Amino acid sequence: MKFVENVKPDVTTDIVYMMCPMHLLKLEEQIKELEQGQILEIMTDYDGALEDIPAWCEKTGNEFLGMEESADFYKFYIKKLAR
Amino acid sequence: MRKCYFDHVATNPLHPDVLEAMMPYFKEEFGNPLSIYEYGSRAKKAIEDAREKVAGLVNAKPAEIIFTASGAESNNFALRCIALAKQNEGKHILVSRMEHHSILNSARFLEKSGFTVTYLPVDKKGFVDPDVVKKAITKETILLSVTHASSEVGTIEPLKEIVRVAKEHNIIVHTDAVATTGNIPVDVKELGVDLLSMAAHQFYGPKGAGALFIKQGLRIVPLIYGGIQETGRRAGTENVPAIVGMGKAAVLAQNELQARMDYVRPLRDRVIDTMSGVSNVFLTGDREKRLPGHVSFCVEFIEGEAMLLLLASKGIFSASGSACSSKALKASPVLLSMGVPAGLAQGSIVFSLGMGNTSGDIDYLLEEFPAVIKRLREISPFAQGWGEGEGGGACTVKK
Repeated sequence: MKFVENVKPDVTTDIVYMMCPMHLLKLEEQIKELEQGQILEIMTDYDGALEDIPAWCEKTGNEFLGMEESADFYKFYIKKLAR
Repeated sequence: MRKCYFDHVATNPLHPDVLEAMMPYFKEEFGNPLSIYEYGSRAKKAIEDAREKVAGLVNAKPAEIIFTASGAESNNFALRCIALAKQNEGKHILVSRMEHHSILNSARFLEKSGFTVTYLPVDKKGFVDPDVVKKAITKETILLSVTHASSEVGTIEPLKEIVRVAKEHNIIVHTDAVATTGNIPVDVKELGVDLLSMAAHQFYGPKGAGALFIKQGLRIVPLIYGGIQETGRRAGTENVPAIVGMGKAAVLAQNELQARMDYVRPLRDRVIDTMSGVSNVFLTGDREKRLPGHVSFCVEFIEGEAMLLLLASKGIFSASGSACSSKALKASPVLLSMGVPAGLAQGSIVFSLGMGNTSGDIDYLLEEFPAVIKRLREISPFAQGWGEGEGGGACTVKK
């Protein structure tokens, strides 16, 4: 897992407490709204996201920048590359 | 026999246009909104249209509206799921003593689960004083829930002022607006609340449809885990006809709000003015800051239940106490918290008026109600006063 600090996201989506598959649905929905090169931050406490989000990025051709752990949830950073 | 329905806080009849809007979704438009083929996408669109309409009624964004099955569910959702989401920041909650059982019992559940709850006292008109709220706030306070208006005594709370106090301390504010939404102007931005509960059948929509406004960005624990309905916060296949009906009712309420208020208010005032002239009949709640169709009295020396039964035998349908405590033969906690003596609180009666009531209905009520009071007092053992015991015949509610 790649860990990052102080990433400045363009858009933040808070889906803490929401279960599978909200993390992938919101990710897809939000990425569509971004311009190429912009960064999305997803906040979630869902453990499945640890595998799913990097895998989704690889599959869709977007860049997984890394994650940051806070007290009770994870923050994932994704840079939009694919059109 | 004439039949007069004066129990609109219990529920309202369905507006014919609402029924018409709902009908296709009981028949040919039966799809599950999550299905990807046309039946599903049409049902999904119907729900999203309804969401926009309900949001419009309270000046919210569509994404801030979560559909539920009732006002009680919305209240449970708000109180319990915000408490769980914020418990790391503190475990103290404030609720007023004017609240519906769905708030009070949720608060009791939270107390059992390790939260501390302060029940805010009210004055004799049922108002929550913002200063009382201020004094009750501690460093641990995370959430405040105060009703927008009590369906039992009709008092409209000074919510804006209460919210202002809470916001100085970054406390999340929920309001139970079940009695007000669709009946008086309700604007989430103007009120400044973070969460607001509503129910469709209080404004001529169907039963089984409610909604909770959750301010954008506020984190809440899901009420029901399962699928992705209502953005995963309230799973379960949606009640599409009821939601469509709530949307239609919201549009009608928004368009007709002023006309509805102007229609019921003079009817209400006639009942209040005439009945206040009957001896030992006391208006409960505030005279001015009350729901436009709401009349509530305490009638001394007789029991509310007896009045309900005699009035019902005359075709007049009303309620005693809050809508769902009419079966619990005990004094209303709301009235007791307003300082009404227990004996007098037994004689509580509520007439809530709606668009189906005519001036002739009010004539009939004003003819029959004093006669019912007279008849019951003739057989009441308390008619000469309560004696030296509890209450002592004194009354803190002044005409």
